[in-house]
Amino acid sequence: MSEELRGVVVCHGALAGALVQAAEQISGLNGALVPVSNTGCDRDTLEDRVRAAVDGKPAVVFVDLASGSCLVAVLKRLRDEHLVKVVTGVNLAMLVDFVFHRSLSPAEAAARAAAAGEKSIRIP
Amino acid sequence: MAIVLYRIDDRLVHGQVVIGWGRAMGIDLIILVDDQVAASDWEQELYRMAVTPEIEVRFVTMADAARQMSEWQANGKRALVLTGDLETMAALRTSNPDVVQKINLGGIHHRAGRRERLPFVYLTDQELRALQALEAGGAVITAQDLPTTVPVALKALG
Repeated sequence: MSEELRGVVVCHGALAGALVQAAEQISGLNGALVPVSNTGCDRDTLEDRVRAAVDGKPAVVFVDLASGSCLVAVLKRLRDEHLVKVVTGVNLAMLVDFVFHRSLSPAEAAARAAAAGEKSIRIP
Repeated sequence: MAIVLYRIDDRLVHGQVVIGWGRAMGIDLIILVDDQVAASDWEQELYRMAVTPEIEVRFVTMADAARQMSEWQANGKRALVLTGDLETMAALRTSNPDVVQKINLGGIHHRAGRRERLPFVYLTDQELRALQALEAGGAVITAQDLPTTVPVALKALG
Protein backbone atom coordinates (compact mmCIF):
# COMPACT_ATOMS: atom_id res chain seq x y z
CA MET A 1 0.00 0.00 0.00
CA SER A 2 1.43 3.40 -0.92
CA GLU A 3 -0.77 5.24 1.57
CA GLU A 4 -0.71 4.26 5.20
CA LEU A 5 -3.98 3.01 6.62
CA ARG A 6 -6.19 5.15 8.73
CA GLY A 7 -7.66 3.68 11.89
CA VAL A 8 -11.14 4.81 12.88
CA VAL A 9 -12.45 3.89 16.33
CA VAL A 10 -16.25 4.00 16.73
CA CYS A 11 -17.65 3.53 20.22
CA HIS A 12 -20.41 4.37 22.63
CA GLY A 13 -19.95 7.46 24.81
CA ALA A 14 -16.42 8.67 25.46
CA LEU A 15 -14.75 5.29 24.93
CA ALA A 16 -13.28 5.94 21.47
CA GLY A 17 -11.54 9.14 22.55
CA ALA A 18 -10.10 7.47 25.61
CA LEU A 19 -8.86 4.45 23.65
CA VAL A 20 -7.19 6.63 21.02
CA GLN A 21 -5.54 8.78 23.67
CA ALA A 22 -4.25 5.72 25.49
CA ALA A 23 -2.98 4.12 22.28
CA GLU A 24 -1.10 7.32 21.45
CA GLN A 25 0.41 7.45 24.93
CA ILE A 26 1.67 3.88 24.64
CA SER A 27 2.86 3.95 21.04
CA GLY A 28 4.10 7.52 20.79
CA LEU A 29 2.37 7.72 17.41
CA ASN A 30 -0.16 10.50 17.03
CA GLY A 31 -2.72 10.97 14.29
CA ALA A 32 -3.02 7.36 13.14
CA LEU A 33 -6.39 6.87 14.84
CA VAL A 34 -9.56 8.92 14.58
CA PRO A 35 -12.18 8.57 17.37
CA VAL A 36 -15.91 8.67 16.65
CA SER A 37 -18.53 8.80 19.40
CA ASN A 38 -22.22 8.02 19.06
CA THR A 39 -23.08 10.53 21.77
CA GLY A 40 -25.85 12.94 20.92
CA CYS A 41 -26.56 11.85 17.38
CA ASP A 42 -29.18 9.89 15.50
CA ARG A 43 -28.47 7.19 12.94
CA ASP A 44 -27.90 9.53 10.01
CA THR A 45 -25.58 11.80 11.96
CA LEU A 46 -23.55 8.88 13.24
CA GLU A 47 -23.20 7.53 9.71
CA ASP A 48 -22.02 10.97 8.60
CA ARG A 49 -19.45 11.06 11.41
CA VAL A 50 -18.13 7.65 10.35
CA ARG A 51 -17.94 8.64 6.70
CA ALA A 52 -16.13 11.88 7.54
CA ALA A 53 -13.62 10.02 9.71
CA VAL A 54 -12.82 7.48 6.99
CA ASP A 55 -12.77 10.26 4.38
CA GLY A 56 -12.59 7.88 1.45
CA LYS A 57 -9.20 6.56 2.50
CA PRO A 58 -8.08 2.95 2.98
CA ALA A 59 -8.92 2.19 6.59
CA VAL A 60 -9.61 -0.26 9.34
CA VAL A 61 -12.64 0.66 11.42
CA PHE A 62 -12.71 -0.60 15.00
CA VAL A 63 -16.09 -0.87 16.74
CA ASP A 64 -16.75 -1.57 20.41
CA LEU A 65 -19.64 -4.03 20.21
CA ALA A 66 -20.46 -6.71 17.65
CA SER A 67 -23.97 -5.28 17.44
CA GLY A 68 -25.81 -2.06 18.18
CA SER A 69 -25.92 1.46 16.82
CA CYS A 70 -22.20 1.91 16.22
CA LEU A 71 -21.83 -1.27 14.18
CA VAL A 72 -25.04 -0.59 12.27
CA ALA A 73 -23.82 2.86 11.29
CA VAL A 74 -20.42 1.54 10.22
CA LEU A 75 -21.74 -1.33 8.13
CA LYS A 76 -24.51 0.68 6.51
CA ARG A 77 -22.11 3.43 5.50
CA LEU A 78 -19.08 1.34 4.57
CA ARG A 79 -20.28 -2.03 3.30
CA ASP A 80 -19.51 -1.12 -0.31
CA GLU A 81 -16.06 0.31 0.48
CA HIS A 82 -13.58 -2.33 -0.64
CA LEU A 83 -10.62 -0.61 1.02
CA VAL A 84 -12.21 -0.59 4.46
CA LYS A 85 -12.31 -3.50 6.88
CA VAL A 86 -14.24 -3.61 10.15
CA VAL A 87 -13.12 -5.20 13.43
CA THR A 88 -15.46 -5.45 16.42
CA GLY A 89 -14.64 -5.78 20.12
CA VAL A 90 -11.95 -3.10 20.01
CA ASN A 91 -9.40 -3.07 22.81
CA LEU A 92 -6.18 -1.26 23.48
CA ALA A 93 -3.95 -4.14 22.44
CA MET A 94 -5.37 -4.29 18.94
CA LEU A 95 -5.05 -0.53 18.46
CA VAL A 96 -1.42 -0.51 19.57
CA ASP A 97 -0.68 -3.35 17.16
CA PHE A 98 -2.51 -1.60 14.35
CA VAL A 99 -0.66 1.72 14.53
CA PHE A 100 2.63 -0.08 13.88
CA HIS A 101 1.30 -2.01 10.87
CA ARG A 102 -0.45 0.60 8.80
CA SER A 103 1.44 -0.25 5.63
CA LEU A 104 -0.37 -3.58 5.32
CA SER A 105 -3.55 -4.00 3.29
CA PRO A 106 -6.80 -3.30 5.15
CA ALA A 107 -7.59 -7.02 5.29
CA GLU A 108 -4.14 -7.94 6.57
CA ALA A 109 -4.07 -5.15 9.16
CA ALA A 110 -7.57 -6.01 10.34
CA ALA A 111 -6.76 -9.70 10.74
CA ARG A 112 -3.53 -8.93 12.53
CA ALA A 113 -5.15 -6.43 14.90
CA ALA A 114 -8.02 -8.80 15.69
CA ALA A 115 -5.53 -11.55 16.54
CA ALA A 116 -3.57 -9.18 18.80
CA GLY A 117 -6.76 -8.18 20.54
CA GLU A 118 -7.85 -11.76 21.10
CA LYS A 119 -4.42 -12.72 22.37
CA SER A 120 -4.56 -9.99 25.01
CA ILE A 121 -7.67 -11.46 26.66
CA ARG A 122 -6.48 -13.75 29.42
CA ILE A 123 -7.23 -14.81 32.95
CA PRO A 124 -3.73 -14.58 34.44
CA MET B 1 -51.11 -6.48 29.16
CA ALA B 2 -49.06 -7.95 26.32
CA ILE B 3 -47.48 -4.80 24.93
CA VAL B 4 -45.60 -3.28 27.84
CA LEU B 5 -43.78 -0.39 26.18
CA TYR B 6 -44.23 1.87 23.16
CA ARG B 7 -40.92 3.58 22.52
CA ILE B 8 -39.65 6.15 20.05
CA ASP B 9 -35.91 5.71 19.55
CA ASP B 10 -34.11 6.84 16.42
CA ARG B 11 -31.33 4.31 16.99
CA LEU B 12 -33.92 1.54 16.69
CA VAL B 13 -32.80 -1.80 18.16
CA HIS B 14 -29.72 -1.15 20.29
CA GLY B 15 -28.28 -1.74 23.75
CA GLN B 16 -30.60 0.52 25.73
CA VAL B 17 -33.60 -1.18 24.21
CA VAL B 18 -32.42 -4.77 24.45
CA ILE B 19 -30.44 -4.71 27.67
CA GLY B 20 -31.78 -1.67 29.49
CA TRP B 21 -35.48 -2.16 28.91
CA GLY B 22 -35.54 -5.75 27.74
CA ARG B 23 -34.10 -7.21 30.92
CA ALA B 24 -35.88 -4.86 33.32
CA MET B 25 -39.29 -5.48 31.83
CA GLY B 26 -38.88 -9.12 30.88
CA ILE B 27 -39.43 -8.38 27.20
CA ASP B 28 -39.63 -11.44 24.97
CA LEU B 29 -40.78 -9.76 21.75
CA ILE B 30 -39.49 -6.58 20.09
CA ILE B 31 -41.58 -5.26 17.21
CA LEU B 32 -39.78 -2.69 15.09
CA VAL B 33 -42.21 -0.66 13.01
CA ASP B 34 -40.16 0.82 10.19
CA ASP B 35 -41.03 0.63 6.51
CA GLN B 36 -37.41 0.87 5.37
CA VAL B 37 -36.06 -1.86 7.64
CA ALA B 38 -39.07 -4.07 6.92
CA ALA B 39 -38.05 -4.00 3.25
CA SER B 40 -34.36 -4.83 3.84
CA ASP B 41 -33.24 -8.33 4.82
CA TRP B 42 -29.73 -7.01 5.21
CA GLU B 43 -30.71 -4.32 7.72
CA GLN B 44 -32.89 -6.77 9.61
CA GLU B 45 -29.92 -9.06 10.04
CA LEU B 46 -27.88 -6.16 11.43
CA TYR B 47 -30.51 -5.37 14.04
CA ARG B 48 -31.00 -9.02 14.94
CA MET B 49 -27.34 -9.13 15.95
CA ALA B 50 -28.13 -6.77 18.85
CA VAL B 51 -30.76 -9.07 20.32
CA THR B 52 -30.23 -11.99 22.65
CA PRO B 53 -31.60 -15.38 21.54
CA GLU B 54 -34.36 -15.33 24.16
CA ILE B 55 -35.99 -12.31 22.51
CA GLU B 56 -37.95 -12.58 19.27
CA VAL B 57 -37.72 -9.67 16.86
CA ARG B 58 -40.28 -8.82 14.20
CA PHE B 59 -39.83 -6.19 11.50
CA VAL B 60 -43.09 -4.79 10.19
CA THR B 61 -44.37 -1.95 8.08
CA MET B 62 -46.55 0.78 9.52
CA ALA B 63 -49.54 -0.63 7.64
CA ASP B 64 -48.98 -4.16 8.99
CA ALA B 65 -48.50 -2.84 12.51
CA ALA B 66 -51.76 -0.91 12.42
CA ARG B 67 -53.55 -4.12 11.44
CA GLN B 68 -51.83 -6.40 13.96
CA MET B 69 -51.68 -4.18 17.03
CA SER B 70 -54.74 -5.67 18.69
CA GLU B 71 -53.43 -9.19 18.06
CA TRP B 72 -50.09 -8.38 19.68
CA GLN B 73 -51.92 -6.85 22.60
CA ALA B 74 -53.89 -10.04 23.11
CA ASN B 75 -51.13 -12.63 22.79
CA GLY B 76 -49.12 -13.89 25.74
CA LYS B 77 -45.78 -12.29 24.92
CA ARG B 78 -44.42 -9.24 26.69
CA ALA B 79 -43.78 -6.99 23.74
CA LEU B 80 -41.96 -3.73 23.13
CA VAL B 81 -43.18 -1.75 20.12
CA LEU B 82 -40.45 0.46 18.72
CA THR B 83 -40.50 3.22 16.12
CA GLY B 84 -37.66 5.39 14.88
CA ASP B 85 -39.67 8.58 14.59
CA LEU B 86 -42.56 10.51 16.03
CA GLU B 87 -44.67 10.30 12.90
CA THR B 88 -44.83 6.51 12.90
CA MET B 89 -45.75 6.34 16.58
CA ALA B 90 -48.38 9.04 16.09
CA ALA B 91 -49.85 7.02 13.22
CA LEU B 92 -49.95 3.90 15.41
CA ARG B 93 -51.71 5.87 18.12
CA THR B 94 -54.21 7.24 15.60
CA SER B 95 -54.95 3.80 14.16
CA ASN B 96 -55.21 2.07 17.55
CA PRO B 97 -56.01 4.67 20.22
CA ASP B 98 -57.36 2.08 22.63
CA VAL B 99 -54.08 0.12 22.48
CA VAL B 100 -51.37 2.78 22.21
CA GLN B 101 -51.98 4.78 25.37
CA LYS B 102 -48.56 5.42 26.90
CA ILE B 103 -45.63 6.55 24.76
CA ASN B 104 -41.98 6.59 25.83
CA LEU B 105 -39.62 9.14 24.26
CA GLY B 106 -36.41 7.14 24.47
CA GLY B 107 -34.01 8.67 21.98
CA ILE B 108 -34.71 11.53 19.59
CA HIS B 109 -31.39 13.10 18.76
CA HIS B 110 -30.14 16.33 17.28
CA ARG B 111 -31.03 17.42 13.79
CA ALA B 112 -31.22 20.82 12.16
CA GLY B 113 -34.11 22.78 13.65
CA ARG B 114 -34.40 20.68 16.78
CA ARG B 115 -33.70 22.09 20.22
CA GLU B 116 -32.42 20.13 23.21
CA ARG B 117 -35.17 19.33 25.69
CA LEU B 118 -33.19 16.61 27.46
CA PRO B 119 -29.77 15.16 26.58
CA PHE B 120 -31.54 12.35 24.71
CA VAL B 121 -34.55 14.29 23.41
CA TYR B 122 -34.31 17.01 20.80
CA LEU B 123 -37.51 18.37 19.25
CA THR B 124 -38.55 21.10 16.87
CA ASP B 125 -41.40 23.26 18.09
CA GLN B 126 -43.61 21.57 15.50
CA GLU B 127 -42.70 18.12 16.82
CA LEU B 128 -43.43 19.28 20.36
CA ARG B 129 -46.84 20.55 19.29
CA ALA B 130 -47.57 17.21 17.59
CA LEU B 131 -46.78 15.38 20.82
CA GLN B 132 -48.88 17.81 22.82
CA ALA B 133 -51.76 17.14 20.46
CA LEU B 134 -51.40 13.39 21.05
CA GLU B 135 -51.45 13.98 24.79
CA ALA B 136 -54.47 16.25 24.50
CA GLY B 137 -56.14 13.31 22.76
CA GLY B 138 -55.56 11.07 25.76
CA ALA B 139 -52.09 9.60 25.32
CA VAL B 140 -49.64 9.75 28.21
CA ILE B 141 -46.18 10.77 27.00
CA THR B 142 -43.00 10.74 29.05
CA ALA B 143 -39.30 10.93 28.24
CA GLN B 144 -37.12 8.25 29.81
CA ASP B 145 -34.01 6.71 28.29
CA LEU B 146 -33.62 3.85 30.76
CA PRO B 147 -35.89 2.24 33.36
CA THR B 148 -33.46 3.27 36.09
CA THR B 149 -33.94 6.98 35.35
CA VAL B 150 -36.86 9.19 36.35
CA PRO B 151 -39.52 9.70 33.65
CA VAL B 152 -40.00 13.31 32.56
CA ALA B 153 -43.49 14.48 31.68
CA LEU B 154 -44.06 15.99 28.25
CA LYS B 155 -45.16 19.28 29.77
CA ALA B 156 -41.68 19.68 31.25
CA LEU B 157 -40.10 19.58 27.77
CA GLY B 158 -41.74 22.76 26.50
